[in-house]
Amino acid sequence: MSVVWTMIAKRLGLGLLTLFVISIIIFGATELLPGDLATSILGQSATPETVAAIRKELGLDLPAHTRYLNWLVAALQGDFGTSLANKRPIADLIGTRLGNTLFLALYAAAIAVPLSLMLGILAALYRNTVFDRAANALALTSISFPEFFVAYILIFVLAQSGLFPSIARMDASTSFGEALYRTFLPALTLTLVVTAHMMRMTRAAIINLLASPYIEMARLKGMNPMRVILKHALPNALAPIITVVALNLAYLITGVVVVEVVFVYPGLGQLMVDSVAKRDIPVVQAVALIFAAAYVLLNLTADVLSTLSNPRLIHRK
Amino acid sequence: MSTNDLKTAGLSRRGLLKSATALGAAGLILPASVRRAMAQPKRGGTIRIAFASGNTTDSLDPATWDSQFVQSFNTARNNTLTEIAPDGSLVGEIAESWEASADAKTWTFKIREGVTFHSGKSVTPDDVVASINYHRGEESKSAAKPYVDPIDDIKADGQNVVVTLSGGNADFPFIMADYHLVVLPSADGKIDPLTTDGCGGYVLDSFEPGVSVKMSRNPNYWKSDRAWFDNVELLSIVDAAARQNALITGEVDVIDSVDLNTVALLQRAPGINVLPIAGNQHYVFVMDTRAAPYSDNNVRQALKYGIDRQELVDKILQGYGEVGNDIPIGRQQPYYNTELEQKTYDPDKAKFHLKEAGMDSLNVQLSVADSAFAGAVDAGVLFSERAAAAGINIEVVREPSDGYWDNVWMKKPFCASYWGGRPTQDLMFSVAYQGGAPWNESFWDNARFGELLVAARSELDDDKRRAMYWEMQDLCANEGGTVIPMFASYVMAHTDAVGIPEVVGANQGMDGLRAIERWWFA
Repeated sequence: MSVVWTMIAKRLGLGLLTLFVISIIIFGATELLPGDLATSILGQSATPETVAAIRKELGLDLPAHTRYLNWLVAALQGDFGTSLANKRPIADLIGTRLGNTLFLALYAAAIAVPLSLMLGILAALYRNTVFDRAANALALTSISFPEFFVAYILIFVLAQSGLFPSIARMDASTSFGEALYRTFLPALTLTLVVTAHMMRMTRAAIINLLASPYIEMARLKGMNPMRVILKHALPNALAPIITVVALNLAYLITGVVVVEVVFVYPGLGQLMVDSVAKRDIPVVQAVALIFAAAYVLLNLTADVLSTLSNPRLIHRK
Repeated sequence: MSTNDLKTAGLSRRGLLKSATALGAAGLILPASVRRAMAQPKRGGTIRIAFASGNTTDSLDPATWDSQFVQSFNTARNNTLTEIAPDGSLVGEIAESWEASADAKTWTFKIREGVTFHSGKSVTPDDVVASINYHRGEESKSAAKPYVDPIDDIKADGQNVVVTLSGGNADFPFIMADYHLVVLPSADGKIDPLTTDGCGGYVLDSFEPGVSVKMSRNPNYWKSDRAWFDNVELLSIVDAAARQNALITGEVDVIDSVDLNTVALLQRAPGINVLPIAGNQHYVFVMDTRAAPYSDNNVRQALKYGIDRQELVDKILQGYGEVGNDIPIGRQQPYYNTELEQKTYDPDKAKFHLKEAGMDSLNVQLSVADSAFAGAVDAGVLFSERAAAAGINIEVVREPSDGYWDNVWMKKPFCASYWGGRPTQDLMFSVAYQGGAPWNESFWDNARFGELLVAARSELDDDKRRAMYWEMQDLCANEGGTVIPMFASYVMAHTDAVGIPEVVGANQGMDGLRAIERWWFA
């Protein structure tokens, strides 16, 4: 087990370094964008005097490295500051939205992961049959459409008939059951988008193992095919499956802005896009760090689980 | 005639009828026999309105209100000194009455007594002075700064507020109706720009930037014939399809900015009414009159004749608008020059002007992006196609929407832009056509125009004033650097349950931003 703990410690340290590098890259990239908060907030109404007044008040007239260091010092003390645009504490801005994003991601994952594992296993079991072909074709079709198109189709079929609401409006008073109902369509859209990847990886990983001698042996013993797959093939196929699931979970947290917009769901993606458009750098930094942390942690979890699923890696000599 | 043609013809015919109705509503008083029996306004209900704008960076600070979402909700939360009535005239709000000195330089506003903020504090002349002062001076970060810059001095005098201007301005009270200039509570001569307090018909319950606003009726509101809804929920739904779906599926009662590409589908939906209002909003292509070849007025005239205005109204606005005549004044405004010849698409005249400029053909680049106005890229391509017949080769350059106002507008010599229109002719001309004005996008500096503008501003004789404005429009159309091909109607939609006044304000979208306090549930 000590192997695992060492790995976690090492990876967390590397993760922190990654976050630091990402914060520099994000800051630099936002700096490269033309214009700043003052010009983008005033838009067509900008005059040189008002732009200068805003820059002076927000310290945007300071050199870039000074602003970055000021931000870094505050962030290291746990203070992410206030939004430049509306002066609200960033922790407040992000709080509910992070909750919403995680809720939708987990909801979609709770449908998508069991569904794709099941379909993947069944497709491996009944490979090259009509079932296998149909499941593959459906999954590939839904992943090939742009997300907004899948969303519009679902709205057309399921919302305009009155079965589900077309916008996923939630507030503090929304009950859990009500929230599940209101966010069903966005969760279903995301499910359709991520299922294909996980299902096909499951199928491929299992089929890959089915040619191994020990599986031959199990078959020759006359074992039931389902048992062969679940008991003998699946445990050895877990590592690649876990990696793909983790990648898709990270995507569900970080990449769903289009679905948020179509269903008017207040998540982090929309906040990120708006803040980039307005050059509200502290908010961009904070959201980018959350996204990066999600990738780092999920990848770490995937590696830990893969290691645990493989005795050869735990009991290294 | 193909099906496509039929559809277009049908649309524009319907559009024509619609805008005719809207015009009638805005300007004419219909005979009682024709007037549709309207339900009397009544109290109650929760109105849910979806806006196409609204951003996670929105703020309560009045210096920053840049979209219809924040403007509408803050107009419901607050009052201004004056209000532009639905028919375009000016009525008092926090100011009960006002009068000018003979030279229109000193204005005295009498502040209404008995108006309170939601917190219970009375609205005093000091609050008014502090609220206006917030937008003035060196430190001002306000988008409204150029409007209040002509104020030399503003002070409270008993129950009055006295404003001294640097030059006479007969329209000054109209400026005080601007949505930025709301009256907020002050302490020691300063307002807190981030306060949630207000003196309007609705009290702010919650504000989540970029998501929603919830408000409830102010029980102490001084207007008895306004603020009919008990509760208000405003949503920001930026995606056009999502907004329309929300209306069709009954998630909201009203939407602003209907997507014109799918307006026909929305009209087919049962229980939904599309509400187009012809206003002062116009879309323009603007030339830098300092730069060659646009410094030659013949080139500017050639481009004005090389654009097919009717085609743009039919194809870009789907008929929900009117052709423009290169003047930024709407047809329903009092000093609209009715005798100015309407420019139409005429390649021969365009060629003639090119020849006058000593050219056989002209090659120019037109910078466009859809952030200039919806459909700007398509409009640019149509312009280019038509102008080619006159020997004008327009290369349409598609610019990024992000940062358009900062990097393209007033930087590239020929680009697309838009104006929401201003309530008075003077304001529109002063803001964007006067030589040296900060937003004079064509950098046009005409001495005669400048003289007339200053003279008309303080002229209190209506006939003389009209003559000056007509001459200014003539100069603007025949010498100015702005091609104004179309005036775009504000197109909103609502369910049958919502009651709409007979006359809907045309000075801005959403009934002059005041739908929340003017509309009701039938």
